Amino acid sequence: MTTAPSELGSPEVDDPSKLSPPWVTIVWNDPVNLMDYVTFVFQTYFGYSKHKAEKLMLQVHQEGKSAVSNGNREAMERDVEAMHSYGLWATCEKS
Amino acid sequence: MTRFRKRRKTVVVSFAEHEADILANLLRNLVELLYDGMPPRATESNDPLAALLDSDGPTSPPEDVVLQRLLPDAYSEDDQASGEFRRFTERGLREGKVSDAKRVLSALEESGADEIALEPDEQLSWLRAINDLRLAIGTRLGIQEEDDYATWEKLPDDDPRRLTYDLYDWLGYLQSALLHNMR
Repeated sequence: MTTAPSELGSPEVDDPSKLSPPWVTIVWNDPVNLMDYVTFVFQTYFGYSKHKAEKLMLQVHQEGKSAVSNGNREAMERDVEAMHSYGLWATCEKS
Repeated sequence: MTRFRKRRKTVVVSFAEHEADILANLLRNLVELLYDGMPPRATESNDPLAALLDSDGPTSPPEDVVLQRLLPDAYSEDDQASGEFRRFTERGLREGKVSDAKRVLSALEESGADEIALEPDEQLSWLRAINDLRLAIGTRLGIQEEDDYATWEKLPDDDPRRLTYDLYDWLGYLQSALLHNMR
């Protein structure tokens, strides 16, 4: 048995390829978009389950923002562009 | 009175005539706004590479606050990266929004007060176009996250914002009802 290096030891991570996604897409809370619509967008565009989409939507609503996807920079820019096409306020950043 | 019903995957919507007119007018204004301030697209002759890459878009945010909300920066702390993103995406985003709005407009113009049957891909265009209208009106009204919903609901009849808020509220109802019928 070996001890994982501490920076890799997050117990929530179940997929080793997702250990350090270089970039994330952040969706920010805004006063206009309806909660049902935001959930719908997460389900439709990302293909997330209703449960996951609602969890992310609530995080946006309650905490002000949520990281909704991760990957390389080009992929995150595509996701941000898609979020803007749906009218969601999104940015990308290095995670 | 706006009515929705579901027929398998099709959503059927019917408007009172004045409602169809109001929605069409809002959409025409939105289309005009989205066309406003767009530099002409590079043509093959003046810049073949830019035309090919679609990389001749603007690099700074639009001046209008509604356009700023519809086309926000892609990086919160990096103006240069936001500018680059804009250069490659803003034109396409504007065109996509215009195309959604025009799709709804032509359905309204064809059907008037008759029933409009929306197939799944049309439902998406309707959702996005209605959402863009809500963002536009919400931004013009200055609706803020910390606002108490009840204060907006209770605006007196002679408040100049009353009618606009009612429209905003009605669009929210349209969007919710459409979403509900899509499930």
